[in-house]
Amino acid sequence: MIATESLSKRFPRVTALDRLSVDIGPGVTGLVGANGAGKSTLIKILLGLSPATEGSARVLGLDIATEGAAIRERVGYMPEHDCLPPDVSATEFVVHMARMSGLPPTAARERTADTLRHVGLYEERYRPIGGYSTGMKQRVKLAQALVHDPKLVFLDEPTNGLDPVGRDEMLGLIRRVHADFGISVLVTSHLLGELERTCDHVVVIDGGKLLRSSSTTDFTQTTTTLAIEVTDSDTHPDGTRAVREALLGRGVEIHHEGAGLPGAGHILLLTAAGEQTYDLVRDVVADLGLGLVRMEQRRHHISEVFTNGTGDSDEQRKEAVGHGG
Amino acid sequence: MAVEQPLTSPPGETTRIHDIGYRGYDGPRLGRAYARRSLYSQSLRGAYGLGRSVKSKALPMLLFAVMCVPAAIMVAVAVATKAHELPVAYTRYAIMLQAVISLYVASQAPQAVSRDLRFKTVPLYFSRPIETADYVRAKFAALASAIFILTAAPLLVMYVGALLSKLGFAHQTKEFAEGLVSVALLSLLFAGIGLVIAAVTPRRGFGIAAVIAVLVITYGAVSTLQAIAEVQGHSGAIPWIGLFSPVTLIDGVQSAFLGATARNPGGVAPSTAEGIVYVLVTLALIAGSYGLLLRRYKKVGL
Repeated sequence: MIATESLSKRFPRVTALDRLSVDIGPGVTGLVGANGAGKSTLIKILLGLSPATEGSARVLGLDIATEGAAIRERVGYMPEHDCLPPDVSATEFVVHMARMSGLPPTAARERTADTLRHVGLYEERYRPIGGYSTGMKQRVKLAQALVHDPKLVFLDEPTNGLDPVGRDEMLGLIRRVHADFGISVLVTSHLLGELERTCDHVVVIDGGKLLRSSSTTDFTQTTTTLAIEVTDSDTHPDGTRAVREALLGRGVEIHHEGAGLPGAGHILLLTAAGEQTYDLVRDVVADLGLGLVRMEQRRHHISEVFTNGTGDSDEQRKEAVGHGG
Repeated sequence: MAVEQPLTSPPGETTRIHDIGYRGYDGPRLGRAYARRSLYSQSLRGAYGLGRSVKSKALPMLLFAVMCVPAAIMVAVAVATKAHELPVAYTRYAIMLQAVISLYVASQAPQAVSRDLRFKTVPLYFSRPIETADYVRAKFAALASAIFILTAAPLLVMYVGALLSKLGFAHQTKEFAEGLVSVALLSLLFAGIGLVIAAVTPRRGFGIAAVIAVLVITYGAVSTLQAIAEVQGHSGAIPWIGLFSPVTLIDGVQSAFLGATARNPGGVAPSTAEGIVYVLVTLALIAGSYGLLLRRYKKVGL
């Protein structure tokens, strides 16, 4: 789908991309990096809108330097920022964008109705966009990127500004874009955790350099960390410790007790080896007669991958990154 | 590509909607030229508020009516009094109503380009097959066409009225044609100036004010200077001063070459040589504003 060869982009004062070589295949690929890591710059270059300082890249087998127009006909782009005029309805707007992609008028209308329905906008699509919630606006932005049935879409921070539920819905939608619509996806985020759940493959860049490119199964096997919190009871005045000992006895790897996290001392971080770990935690807690307050996958902020001394799991990640890069 | 297929069902059963899943698109993709045409027609319609809210239709439609009503009244008067000539020449009509045209440009030029800039819709265009030049050309052509419709419609009313009241056909046709050439030039010039100003002022209110300032204030200033020059007996300077406002520029071109009577104080028409300068300045301004727009949008990019 995408192949770059020592792609560099230098601005007078900053180097946005530094000899980046990466191969991205079909499927959902996450592009992770802190703010300013060069994610948006990479997308602009891949769309053929901004020339690379050196190096080359091909998108869908087309050269970005010479076949930009042909690339833009076959890919969709959802920008990070707001890009919707408030005084037109979603239908009118998306129809117009479909025609801008070259779809004949009738096809543009049909594809618009189709696409808006698929992203989950129904009756409200006839109302002016100005009155939409952030979640609905994100759906319209996604719809305009999909309306011309591209082979590949670039989604720049699609979950930005969404609440947790909206985030999950958007991630589910992104999954469907590939699974049901057959469109490959390159999605950027600064949250590694949410991409782990959505993507087949994750590319991590930092400072314009490739840090790691690997399939998410590799990633999650070594890194899924569970945070659990339990209640105390009369028989076990310190529930956390009781669970900790019980779990250690069953061979579960437990990290130090979540220092630095809110509620430190009451939170256990443990490595989930797979589905069975979840069951094990449930059984252990139930056997001890304690209440399980929460059990969640810890969302890793990308910066944790690179910063020192925040915990064992992060040490492991750094190592992994070192090997992968 | 029917998606929600209402099936004709046996009586008594309500129509059902079947979700038949995602369908791809294998139809034609018409490319850049088509996208440019679509953008042109969308912008042209938008310049009269078509396809937009009722509120945005009000001003352009009102101004359109204001442009046409005097023409209709003139025709009515000419028919009633059985005059041998229309009370106002075709070429003079637009100059007479220049304030209305300026107001129209001021309200619609920001509408045409500032919205896309302000709501950051521009990247969505440039992530599609069209390029900067296509976008600029479509917008330029659309606004120029909109102004042409605004200025040519009253001329058409006058022309039809003149023919109905059996004024000389050949004479009327020639003057009508000259009037059309003049308003075509005016449309290109005003569209160019309006768009350049609007494209650098993403805030719509500022855009409107700036366009009015450039079109109306320069006209006022130039007219005043010309009046002073006339009173002080420097009539030779009048045509040169006229180069500095869009309205007097068009007036100069048409009074030099299109048989119009100059509207400046003293009624001094430019000589042929001066007229050529007028034409060159007009064309340079039109080309210059196109170039500036291209540069502006090269920068905006994504």
